[in-house]
Amino acid sequence: MAKVIVVTSGKGGVGKTTSSASFATGLAMRGNKTVVIDFDVGLRNLDLIMGCERRVVYDFVNVLNQEASLKQALIKDKRCDNLYILPASQTRDKDALTEEGVERILNELKEDFDYIVCDSPAGIEKGAQMALFFADEALVVTNPEVSSVRDSDRILGILAAKSKRAIEGHEPIKEHLVITRYMPKRVDLGEMLSVEDVKELLSIPLLGVIPESESVLSASNSGVPVIHDDNSPSGQAYEDLVGRFMGEDIPMRFLDVEKVGLLKRIFGT
Amino acid sequence: MSLLDYLRRKKKPTASVAKERLQIILAREHAGRHEPDYLPALKQELLDVVCKYVKVDLDDIKVNLENDGQCEILELNIVLPEHEAEPMAMAK
Repeated sequence: MAKVIVVTSGKGGVGKTTSSASFATGLAMRGNKTVVIDFDVGLRNLDLIMGCERRVVYDFVNVLNQEASLKQALIKDKRCDNLYILPASQTRDKDALTEEGVERILNELKEDFDYIVCDSPAGIEKGAQMALFFADEALVVTNPEVSSVRDSDRILGILAAKSKRAIEGHEPIKEHLVITRYMPKRVDLGEMLSVEDVKELLSIPLLGVIPESESVLSASNSGVPVIHDDNSPSGQAYEDLVGRFMGEDIPMRFLDVEKVGLLKRIFGT
Repeated sequence: MSLLDYLRRKKKPTASVAKERLQIILAREHAGRHEPDYLPALKQELLDVVCKYVKVDLDDIKVNLENDGQCEILELNIVLPEHEAEPMAMAK
């Protein structure tokens, strides 16, 4: 049975799209047939992060309005065989996102795919509500920072009250905490909330911690999800995260300040 | 600033402040999750009525809904300004 996973956060700019791109890529690299959907109607960006912006012909709203078939709109990833992208539209037609329409598309996708990753827009408006409504599991992306933690808490409330599973009284959505832009050095200095702090505040199980890293910007610059970058701590952290999601027992990394030796200090890496 | 001061200068550890503030606000917001939807509107309308006679802020009105086992208690608490201003014109 296909699983629908929403990547959500409430607050904008915390790394939802970056996480969606790397998470979906990681699932696909492990042999799962995966599709990632951009729910940010009007502000399409997943295509850029995935590096397929020039191959967009039809989009999510075209399929919702039955102006194109799913087959026409799905873009096959050029790096991963099992990965497809369904881009958002650039028009501001937010009303196109209806419960019936989204459900129809998800049901059609469920026949072909193992995992459906829904990249939620920021906020708690229609787009965000639709992205999480049909979810079986949720990745709650949070920065160790007050407004992000508060917004994540708010989203957890919505997952627990306004999702299909909640309304119909089924088993609740399985929630996973993903902490991004983590800086162990600043945590050590007492300037940043620690992993333990955020875990305690939101009280949901931790799936992964992605350290702040220059490679995330380079990855988005070049349109290659950062998980492809084996040398980057962020890429490796996403790789671990996907493994944990698939049930593997992988210890957390990058939580402590890296010890730099004298030689490395002088000569660099 | 002397060199020594510069070396001694330390940023204040603010993470614990952040955690404390979040603990308080999240607890408050969780309590609010189970409030009925009409509560904010009720608060606003009460404010409008009270404001006809006394000048108070929305923050001066506390509306609490408590569940006491069998019955729910709607508690209304209005803090009036300390020095009573001149009675407002009640023309309307």
